[in-house]
Amino acid sequence: MSQGFTIHSGRACPLDQANIDTDQIIPKQFLTGVTRVGYGKHLFHDWRYLDLHEQELNPEFALNKPEYQGASVLLSRENFGCGSSREHAPWALADFGFDVIIATSFADIFYGNCINNQLLPIALPSTDMDALFEAVKADPNLTLHIDLPAQTIKAGPLTVTFEIAEHHKTNLIKGLDAIGQTLELADTIEKFEQQQPAWL
Amino acid sequence: MAKTLYDKVWEAHIVDQIGDDSLLYIDRHLIHEVTSPQAFAGLNEKGRKVRRPDRTFGTMDHSISTRSLAIDACGPANALQLNTLAQNCEAHGVKLYPVGHQKQGIVHVMGPELGLIQPGMTVVCGDSHTATHGAFGALAFGIGTSQVEHVLATQTLKQSKAKSMLINVNGSLPVGITAKDIILAIIGRIGHAGATGHVIEYAGEAIRSLTMEERMTICNMSIEAGAKAGMVAPDDTTFAYVKGREYAPTGDSWDQAVAYWKTLYSDDGAQFDTVVELEAADIAPQVTWGTNPGQVIGVDTPVPAPTDFADAVEKESATKALSYMGLSAGEKLADVPVTHVFIGSCTNGRIEDLRAAAFIAKQGKVAGKVTAIVVPGSGQVKQQAEEEGLDKIFIDAGFEWRLPGCSMCLGMNDDILQSGDRCASTSNRNFEGRQGRGARTHLVSPAMAAAAAIKGRFADVREFQE
Repeated sequence: MSQGFTIHSGRACPLDQANIDTDQIIPKQFLTGVTRVGYGKHLFHDWRYLDLHEQELNPEFALNKPEYQGASVLLSRENFGCGSSREHAPWALADFGFDVIIATSFADIFYGNCINNQLLPIALPSTDMDALFEAVKADPNLTLHIDLPAQTIKAGPLTVTFEIAEHHKTNLIKGLDAIGQTLELADTIEKFEQQQPAWL
Repeated sequence: MAKTLYDKVWEAHIVDQIGDDSLLYIDRHLIHEVTSPQAFAGLNEKGRKVRRPDRTFGTMDHSISTRSLAIDACGPANALQLNTLAQNCEAHGVKLYPVGHQKQGIVHVMGPELGLIQPGMTVVCGDSHTATHGAFGALAFGIGTSQVEHVLATQTLKQSKAKSMLINVNGSLPVGITAKDIILAIIGRIGHAGATGHVIEYAGEAIRSLTMEERMTICNMSIEAGAKAGMVAPDDTTFAYVKGREYAPTGDSWDQAVAYWKTLYSDDGAQFDTVVELEAADIAPQVTWGTNPGQVIGVDTPVPAPTDFADAVEKESATKALSYMGLSAGEKLADVPVTHVFIGSCTNGRIEDLRAAAFIAKQGKVAGKVTAIVVPGSGQVKQQAEEEGLDKIFIDAGFEWRLPGCSMCLGMNDDILQSGDRCASTSNRNFEGRQGRGARTHLVSPAMAAAAAIKGRFADVREFQE
């Protein structure tokens, strides 16, 4: 983790569907890599391409529509990122160019994986999501201003606030090396280990 | 104050409190080839070590062939991933069970078999089905690769405590109803995201009467209800399973361990955030009809219509799912033909699962156009099955008998379906494209899968019982 996340401005792409699972975000045939890079071109493979070899784009799919090119904010619905724990899902989303995912709710593992990759997941009540979807569909050029310290999203006349756990917010803003922080507690960890029962 | 099982295991592992988060000690870390290479690369870049290689165990399962023991049988990318795991384990002193090792297997099958999983432990793995190990009264959950790296380096994880959910399955199980039917019925009841943010404790007479393998099937699919983890309080069934296994405590340590394990239950009066009650008698053999595990019905129930759902999101999901699955509202599952049958996975690839499937398989032959494969969950399961002659029953009935691995549950090898194929599968996810682009997956128990293979369409396994 390097630079922190504070304020982001960008256009949004609406993916108006509930229960988008990590198998859809990045199918299994692309999980054979041994690095964290290069997954963006396979993002939403089954929906984005009409063929297996990723030559023919599906013009009906939101990410392929001309008006949403260059979007850096993804809008979705309930239970986004459900299913497998594959961190390849946030890697693919970030590699494609998304910095923020706004959805009605998120699956737990996916949410944590986003935080660990400086990808901001924002959960909003469905009424706020309805308003955002409506605004973006009406004007694809609408710029969303996402202010993490202030916990607000501004989009044209619309302003919504969002909740995020304080430690997630801090980690994103400071862009901290989580492992480095924990390693500073090595003595405490060692003490804990010493009092564990022998059979472990 | 009365505590839940989850409270007790959680509190026993707090190394430090950091704001609202606890730094939890991790007793057991299981790794495999798909979600660990980037974690080791991260360690290597920073010159960090694996803190406790003695508490870390690796296996090869996701990317491997079920037809050949050759590392490169599924192509160079899979081979690179497998070889990377072998190199990382070697370099960091982590015990690895590679392809061809008699004790290799799906991580959630071989771990318990080796006695690596014990009551009261914290267990993590870069795989969402790590929830399986909660069957032992362990707190076990899936993590992402950044967290795998964190655990490798520190043997700890920063965690916020989840909410608690108690699911009581009351009464005794009717004949022909299995653990898979229980968990699918639970997910059908509470929904695909019904337990998001919760750790589930499964209890009640029907759960208590289950074997360890059956409890593993239940806990395995906790994630399919969105839960962080699923747990069953340990009891004599648990202790008997663990005793004598390779990594189980022995002698005085065993006695001390059991004395501690016996304290691991939810106290009378412990408070849960959510309580769900199910009657075992109401559960029929389950079959999923849609594209998430919550879209499930009894085999004797017609396929639902979108208008059957009051919730707008569920209604829309149902419309989309019916279209993808090529099903119509009101259709009877007994009229739906299958092209493939898959018996295996971390949900249902254990010896009892294979026995249940073989019991049905010996009553007929695989129907004409059906391809049916049986993939044991581990080398030990395979050996046991062969000693019991189950392999012969399957082969004689027209099933293929394969080598252990994750196989068609997710198809990271060549066990994949083609568009339009319809599979009765004992795995855990029926997502669009999960078993192959355009392929249709129906989740069922091993007995139901074997019955579908023989009939060539879904059949009520209760009609096969003697």
